[in-house]
Amino acid sequence: MMEKVIKIGLCLVALISVAVLLAVVGYIFLIGIRVISLDFLLQAPNYAALEKGGIFPHIIGSLCLLAVCLLFAVPLGIASGIYLAEYATENIITKSVRFFVECLAGIPSIVIGLFGLIFLVYYLGFGPSLLAGGLSLGFMILPWTVRASEEAIKAVPRSYREASLALGVSKWQTIRSVVLKSAYPGIITGILLGAGKAIGEAAVILLTIGGLVTYIPHSLLDDVGALPVYIYMILTVVPAPRDVAESYAFGASLVLIIIFLMISIFALFLRNRYIKRMSGRR
Amino acid sequence: MSALELVREFKFKFEMRETTKEKIIEKLLLASALSSILIVFFIIAFMLKESIPALALGWNFIFGMTWCPTHGQFGIFPIVVTTFMVGIGALAIAAAIGIPTAIFLAEFSPRWLRNIIKPCVEMLVGIPSIVLGFFGLKVLVVFIRDLFGGYGECILAGWIILAIMTLPHVISISEDSIRAVPKGYKEASLALGATQLQTIRRVLLPNARSGILASLILGMGNAVGETMAVLMVIGNPEIPWIPSSILEPVRVLTSTIVLEYSYMVWGSMHQHALFAIGVVLFVIVAIFNLVTTVAIKGRFGATTAIKGVIEER
Repeated sequence: MMEKVIKIGLCLVALISVAVLLAVVGYIFLIGIRVISLDFLLQAPNYAALEKGGIFPHIIGSLCLLAVCLLFAVPLGIASGIYLAEYATENIITKSVRFFVECLAGIPSIVIGLFGLIFLVYYLGFGPSLLAGGLSLGFMILPWTVRASEEAIKAVPRSYREASLALGVSKWQTIRSVVLKSAYPGIITGILLGAGKAIGEAAVILLTIGGLVTYIPHSLLDDVGALPVYIYMILTVVPAPRDVAESYAFGASLVLIIIFLMISIFALFLRNRYIKRMSGRR
Repeated sequence: MSALELVREFKFKFEMRETTKEKIIEKLLLASALSSILIVFFIIAFMLKESIPALALGWNFIFGMTWCPTHGQFGIFPIVVTTFMVGIGALAIAAAIGIPTAIFLAEFSPRWLRNIIKPCVEMLVGIPSIVLGFFGLKVLVVFIRDLFGGYGECILAGWIILAIMTLPHVISISEDSIRAVPKGYKEASLALGATQLQTIRRVLLPNARSGILASLILGMGNAVGETMAVLMVIGNPEIPWIPSSILEPVRVLTSTIVLEYSYMVWGSMHQHALFAIGVVLFVIVAIFNLVTTVAIKGRFGATTAIKGVIEER
C-alpha cells in the first residue's frame, strides 16, 4: 500500500517537467500564433510604430549568425576531435586540451559576450557585427563540436580501421574515407544540438551585434539582428506601447521556438537512426 | 638509367610526398586541438586586463556594500550574496523535483512513460532562456504579484525560473548515476527481503550520492552563470541591497552586466568594474565545475557520471 502511494507520488513529480514544458510552449504558441502572419514574418521592423513592421531581418540575422558560428566551430571542432581520438597519445598536451575544452564549456555565456565585446569588437576592430557575434557564438559551442566529434569517432569499431590500414591505405585516408564516413551521423547530431543552443542564446550576442536593425546584413562587418536580442530589445529599449511590444515578443518567441524545435527534432531523428544502425551491426 | 630504376625513383618520391602530407595534416589537426587552449587563454588574459583597476580596489570591491556607479561606488557584496541566494533556492527546488523524477525514471517508470518524459526533459534544456524569462515575466511574476502582493519581480520568481532551467541537468545526471550502481547490490538487497523502496533508500541512493551531488553542484554553476531568463523576472533595483524576504526585487551578477554595459563609459572605472564582475562570475563557476569533477571521481560508475556531466554541459 505504502509502496503504491509513493510510486504514484514519484510519478506525479516526474510529470511536473512535462507539465512545465507543455505550459511554456503551449502558452507561447497560443498567444504568439495570433501575431504571426506573412507580413510579420516577411517585413522589415518599424521601431517607431512596431505594429506596422515585421521581424524578417531578425530571422535572417539569426540564421546568418548560426552559419558564421558553425563555419568557425565545426571544422575546428571536428579537427580537434579527430586529433584527440586518432592521433593523440595520453600526454600533457591532450590532457590539457581536454581540460581547457571543459573550461571553455563552463564559462558563463555573458563572460564570453564580454570577451567578444573587448576582443572582437574593440581590439580587433570588427565593431558590432555579424562576424563578431558569430565568432562569439562559435567560442561558445566549440566544446560541443569537439566532444561530439571525439565521441562519435571513438565509437567507430576498431576493425574498420584495421581493415582499411591492412589494405595499405594511409592513416589520413583511412580517417577521411572510413572513420569519418561511419562517424558522421553522430557528429552531425552533436553539432545540431549545439546549434539549437546557439540559436536561442541572447547573452553572448547582445554585446557583440548591432541589434536594432531594419535590413539584412550584406557583409560580415554589417550590423545584424537576431531573434533573442530582438525580444529583449523590444521589451526594454524600444519605446512602444506595452501590449504591442509584448504581443510582438510572443510572436518572435514562437518563431524562435519553432526554429529550435525543427533543429532538435532533426537531431533526435538522426540520433535514433544512428543508434539503430549501430545496434543492428552487433 | 633503366626504366625500372625510373619507376622506383618515382615511387619513392611519391611515397615521400605522401608521408610529408600525412605529417602536415597531423600538425594541422594538432593546431586545431590547441585552439581551444588559446581561446581560453585569450579570454582570461583580456578579462583580467580590463578588470585590473577594479580588482585593485581589493576588499572595497568584493566586500563593498554599495553599488552605485553614478557616485563612483563599486561594492559588489550585496550582488554576490543575492546571486548565491537565488542560485541555492533554485537548486533546492530543482533537487526536490529532480531527484524523485530521476528515481522514478530509473526504477519504476514503464518504458512508454519514460519515452515521453525523457524527450520532454531534454527539450526543456533547449527553451531559449530569453523566452523562458519572458514567460516568467508574463505568467509567474503576475501570479506572484496577485498571490503575495508586492512587485512580483522577486527572488521567488528567480528561484522558480532557474529551477526550471537546472532541472533537466539534475534529472539526467542523477538518473545516470542511479543506473550506474551495480545490479548485484540491488539484487542482494532484494534477495535479503528488503522492499523496493527500502532498497532505493538504503542501497541505491547512498551509492549514487556522488553523482547526484555532482549534478547539484553543476546545476549551481549553471544557475549562477545564467543571464537572460533570470534577468527578466528578478526586478533589478537601481541600488542593490541584501534582501530580507524572498519577495523583494534583487540583482544578480549577470543581470548587472547586461543592464549596465550599454551606458558604461569606455575606459571608466565603471567599465572595469563590469569586467571584474565577469571575472568574479568566471571564478565562481570554475570553482563549482572543479568541485563537480572532484565529487564524481572515485565512486561507482564514475565514468558514466562523468559522461553525463560532460553531455549535459
